[in-house]
Amino acid sequence: MEITCINCPVGCRLTVEMVEGKVVSVSGNNCKRGEIYAHQECIEPLRMVTAVIPVEGSSMPLSVKTKSPIPKKLIADCMAALSEVKVTAPVMLGSVVLENVCGTGVDVVATRNVF
Amino acid sequence: MNDSVQMVDVLIVGGGPAGLAAAIAAREAGIRNLVVIEREHNPGGILRQCIHNGFGLHRFKEELTGPEYAQRDIDRANELGIEIRTDTFVLSVEEDHTVTCMSAERGIEVIQAKSIVLAMGCRERPRGALGTPGSRCAGIYSAGTAQKYVNLMGYMPGKRVVILGSGDIGLIMARRMTLQGAKVLACVELMPFSSGLNRNIVQCLNDYNIPLYLSHTVIDIEGKERLTGVTVAKVDANRRPIPGTEIHFDCDTLLLSVGLIPENELTQGAGVKISPLTSGAEVDDTLQTSIPGIFACGNVLHVHDLVDNVSAESQKAGRAAAAYAKGELSACETVCVLDGKGVRGTVPQRIRKGAAEGVDLMFRPAGVVRNAACVVRCGDREIARKKAMIFTPGEMATVKLSADVVVSIDGDITVSIEGGE
Repeated sequence: MEITCINCPVGCRLTVEMVEGKVVSVSGNNCKRGEIYAHQECIEPLRMVTAVIPVEGSSMPLSVKTKSPIPKKLIADCMAALSEVKVTAPVMLGSVVLENVCGTGVDVVATRNVF
Repeated sequence: MNDSVQMVDVLIVGGGPAGLAAAIAAREAGIRNLVVIEREHNPGGILRQCIHNGFGLHRFKEELTGPEYAQRDIDRANELGIEIRTDTFVLSVEEDHTVTCMSAERGIEVIQAKSIVLAMGCRERPRGALGTPGSRCAGIYSAGTAQKYVNLMGYMPGKRVVILGSGDIGLIMARRMTLQGAKVLACVELMPFSSGLNRNIVQCLNDYNIPLYLSHTVIDIEGKERLTGVTVAKVDANRRPIPGTEIHFDCDTLLLSVGLIPENELTQGAGVKISPLTSGAEVDDTLQTSIPGIFACGNVLHVHDLVDNVSAESQKAGRAAAAYAKGELSACETVCVLDGKGVRGTVPQRIRKGAAEGVDLMFRPAGVVRNAACVVRCGDREIARKKAMIFTPGEMATVKLSADVVVSIDGDITVSIEGGE
């Protein structure tokens, strides 16, 4: 299987060999992270989710992110959960706006300050 | 008008990642009297609207979003007490280092600087530069404008979207619009390859099953008041539409992600020599332009792929501007850096003879070449070589010259791509 590593802008083209649903070899990667990515991508692809949510009394929304990657299949659910969230200033960069999004164990945090 | 001329050691035009990094580096090099001029209400530049992650891997060894990356520099600038004049527009930069700026708060101000760092960034190529035929209806945006609407202003520019051009901002917006509930029908690229990063093709298009049409372009735009559809066709090797290959899309929005142009009106106004290849200033290894004491860095110098590289380059410019202001950077003889085979727009264009620091040569490959090497020669002598699995115009290539190598340079050097297929 051919996949592209998304860890960094180099975007290594990886060749993954799988036997009975298990990764047996990874080639084409320039670093260790490519190998880890290939194993994960073939079993349960993970992605960071970034979005904006409204701020009470402000026209400028707040940018947020999942603190770590979540399963790709839950991205739409994560967006739906975030569409219910509204915050009130002040919010500090890094503060949690939604805990344990979609039961992933991952929090959604603010990526800027709102005063 | 305030008649008194203000005196500063270092003046920085632009408070985006380049300007902030230059200011911090100049301050850390001992310059106390410095000012950053920023036309927006907040510093941070384009990073403020780049809410996606992927910034800072090289510099901070972690993956940040744009606002988080910008905040690190803003916090550091604040810690150092750097003055950032926001909501202030620079009207002109003169050869004699006089800068005129304007703000609602202070009116017209004239500032005399010992050295100046130009860090104005770039802007998007507009529809008018493409010559696309069809209706002049509403619903056509540059990808960055749409990004600003969605991420900073909180509203959606449309529901059914076609994207022309596969630059990174276009790819990022394909995902962003999809996540916000729009249907992105296609990403259309004139060239046979994408100018965006591979990782963005994977996580912005492939993840959402958005088709990428390579060697295609938009040949008609329809709509009276609002866009109602576009026609896309395949192009031949000469980029001419091939009759019979037309595909029609019903859409209300067309996003353009067709390239970035360094914003050099102020640079030209000052009389700085501009490279026709990079559309940015010609600089030496200290990022000094053709006018002594005026430096340029970041996307105003040449369009980068990575903000990490913008920051690194701008720190160098900031240090050099500080040295110039202190009288520690004297004029000296330079050699030329020439583009050889397969190489376009190498920066810097000149290297000082006897420079004691390493230099990063950065350029865009002229075409896609696999399993090749970038070779740097001084006369017949090979002074550096870097192999790569792929060189593509979509990715800036860098070759490092170590300080030892730079010291040994005694004539013009040539950068070329050799071997490969």
